[in-house]
Amino acid sequence: MSTEKQLFTISVYTENNIGLLNRISAIFQRRHINIESLNISPSEIEGVAKFTIVVNMIEENVKKIIGQIEKQVEVIKAYYHDLDEIIYQISGLFKIKSELLFEERQIQNIIKESNARIVTVNKEFFVLEKSGKKEEIIELYNELSPFGIMQYTRSGLIAISKDEMKISTLLETYNN
Amino acid sequence: METQTIKNTDKATKTTEYISGSEAIVRCLIEEGVKILYGYPGGAIMPVYDELYKYQDKIHHVLTRHEQGATHSAQGYARISGEVGVAMATSGPGATNLITGIADAQIDSTPMVCITGQVFSHLLGSDAFQETDIVGISTPVTKWNCQVTKAEDIPEAIAKAFYIARSGRPGPVLIDITKDAQIEKFDFSYEKCTKVRSYVPIPKTVEGSLEAAAKLINEAKKPLVVWGQGVILGKAEEAFKAVIEKAGIPAAWTILGASAIPTKHPLNVGMVGMHGNYAPNVLTNECDVLIAIGMRFDDRVTGKLDEYATQAKVIHFEIDPAEVNKNVKADVAVLGDAKATLEAVLPLINSNSHSEWHQKFKDLYAIEYEKVIKDDLHPTKEGLTMGEVLKEINIQSKGNAAIVSDVGQHQMIACRYAEFNKTKSNITSGGLGTMGFGLPAAIGAKMAAPEREVVSISGDGGYQMTIQELGTIFQQKAAVKVVVLNNDFLGMVRQWQQLFFEKRYASTEMINPNFVAIAEGYYIKARKVTKREDLAEAVKEMMESKEAYFLEVCVEKEGNVFPMIPTGASVSDVRLE
Ligand SMILES: Cc1ncc(C[n+]2csc(CCOP(=O)(O)OP(=O)(O)O)c2C)c(N)n1
Repeated sequence: MSTEKQLFTISVYTENNIGLLNRISAIFQRRHINIESLNISPSEIEGVAKFTIVVNMIEENVKKIIGQIEKQVEVIKAYYHDLDEIIYQISGLFKIKSELLFEERQIQNIIKESNARIVTVNKEFFVLEKSGKKEEIIELYNELSPFGIMQYTRSGLIAISKDEMKISTLLETYNN
Repeated sequence: METQTIKNTDKATKTTEYISGSEAIVRCLIEEGVKILYGYPGGAIMPVYDELYKYQDKIHHVLTRHEQGATHSAQGYARISGEVGVAMATSGPGATNLITGIADAQIDSTPMVCITGQVFSHLLGSDAFQETDIVGISTPVTKWNCQVTKAEDIPEAIAKAFYIARSGRPGPVLIDITKDAQIEKFDFSYEKCTKVRSYVPIPKTVEGSLEAAAKLINEAKKPLVVWGQGVILGKAEEAFKAVIEKAGIPAAWTILGASAIPTKHPLNVGMVGMHGNYAPNVLTNECDVLIAIGMRFDDRVTGKLDEYATQAKVIHFEIDPAEVNKNVKADVAVLGDAKATLEAVLPLINSNSHSEWHQKFKDLYAIEYEKVIKDDLHPTKEGLTMGEVLKEINIQSKGNAAIVSDVGQHQMIACRYAEFNKTKSNITSGGLGTMGFGLPAAIGAKMAAPEREVVSISGDGGYQMTIQELGTIFQQKAAVKVVVLNNDFLGMVRQWQQLFFEKRYASTEMINPNFVAIAEGYYIKARKVTKREDLAEAVKEMMESKEAYFLEVCVEKEGNVFPMIPTGASVSDVRLE
């Protein structure tokens, strides 16, 4: 087990109840661990929420954190993965003056080459969306910023594991 | 995360009655077998108090003098009975005053349900009068909590609360109920909770782990058991005794494990940890197999972790998977309920006696006796020792009393020297070390087990943190025996100042009031002892009293507790002086 800090994603399947975010984030806060990114959404199972949490930690401590998370009454199961074991995406949004779209040919090239998508265009501005790895989004940011970016934001990481996370089977055993 | 659901519990339909939320709360408590609850009223919980008035023949509400007293009393009740303790308070300051007791119950795994009133739901988040986010505040110190804003959600929330509080590794639960939910009427029916979908109270024992544990035990030349409160909480005392007796293993206890087997049991080799006994601490670093049962390797037990039992193979019997490998790496983890796993391992282990190994404990005990115990229990110099008071209580109670201690030097002395014949007899604040715990906890213990002698032992410092609970003792006629070991100091802190801060006694000297007069002011029989020749007679008088009794014993001012493992030192560096 590596004793170097590295990025891990933690996937937590929970009942969809008020207050759980507080309980789970308190586990990190108490140990002085910074959450790099956090996403909560419905999962493939009805009524079950999925937290995707990215942290920079040594593996041994991630294991202990998983234990503490699973100990929470309303947590169904928690897993951790390093970035090689998951398929993940981050989404970035860029708001840019519309005139640049027509006046700067280079911008059109950047959009094409980066596989970014135009979400909307109006007289004042247009919005670009780019999904991918964090580096790809940062690269696009670096390319666009000389032209002036009116607004920029990036989502937390969302992930699907390569391995099966047998939540449905687990829930079946719970229900019996 | 938008909607509150307290579904996923087993529920069957039953005939219903149309009643208010507050009546439902009281009815739910009765359904859960609650006979006594501790609390303090206020605006946001008044409808429930009104119902308690109506149901007073079924459920006895104890008005404590402070909400902290209510939680500690509920804890004392739970610790001696093994049942869930219940505390109740109003919103805002009432609710926040519960927090110390809740935090204490959480770290000491004590089953407790707290019910707080809350402002009307339409006022939530508006900084209304006496509104406080008690769910947010209590989240890190509860096993589970929730807020109820609709009367119809009350039965399910309470059922779930009791189930969670008492199952698996027990703990405190808080339910916050808005005033409108208390007033609103609905169709009431009650069904006990037996399962929560996402919650596994007792983990499955990993296949092969029992065999692996038995193999290590059977091959061990110098095995040592360290047991904790898990043995008591899991009602595993008999199974535990059978295992250590068959394998002939010396067994030492953590502060919360005390009393699981009798103090005088030949395999009982004493307490581990900072002020534990010399032999089990030193020999922790010599044993070849360390068998931890229902304990969590607290830093007060292990001292410096990277020098703790590094030579030993470690077997950890544990109900909470998060405790395994948290502080000490286990070579074999036996997950599960202590009673079940110990019963299952019993037939797999060989009979043994380890007599040479036992001799080592005896030799080290002899050293501790000469250097520490003799002077504690049979002092020759002037000045009463805390130890001789405990010895006198042992003599008078014949080891049958439940000892409820507060926090400080007297606590360590009480735990070191109190003699126990019965399980669940050592009630103290272990993990949080909460001064002020002792007196109210003793009230709860006495009310849960009125047939038992309950002796509370406090220092002059901690006693004054909840001294007002003398009022509860008086009003409830709780026949608690209250002993204050008065050294006119915050003794434990003073000891550290002496040893590590060059005797700079910053703010630890206490100028104390007339404690006897205060007790008498509450109509409690009281006596003060300053001389050795009066001690035995005074303790006898106290123990023979049918009512509550207060005994102040003025002990030497600068007595110290030894042995001691200084913070950050290894268990084998335990100091005897
Ligand atoms: C609520 C709380 N505040 C502070 C402490 C720190 N503390 C631990 S022991 C102690 C001194 C206790 O003094 P006393 O109650 O007189 O008992 P003694 O040690 O003299 O037996 C203090 C202040 C604590 N444990 N709990």
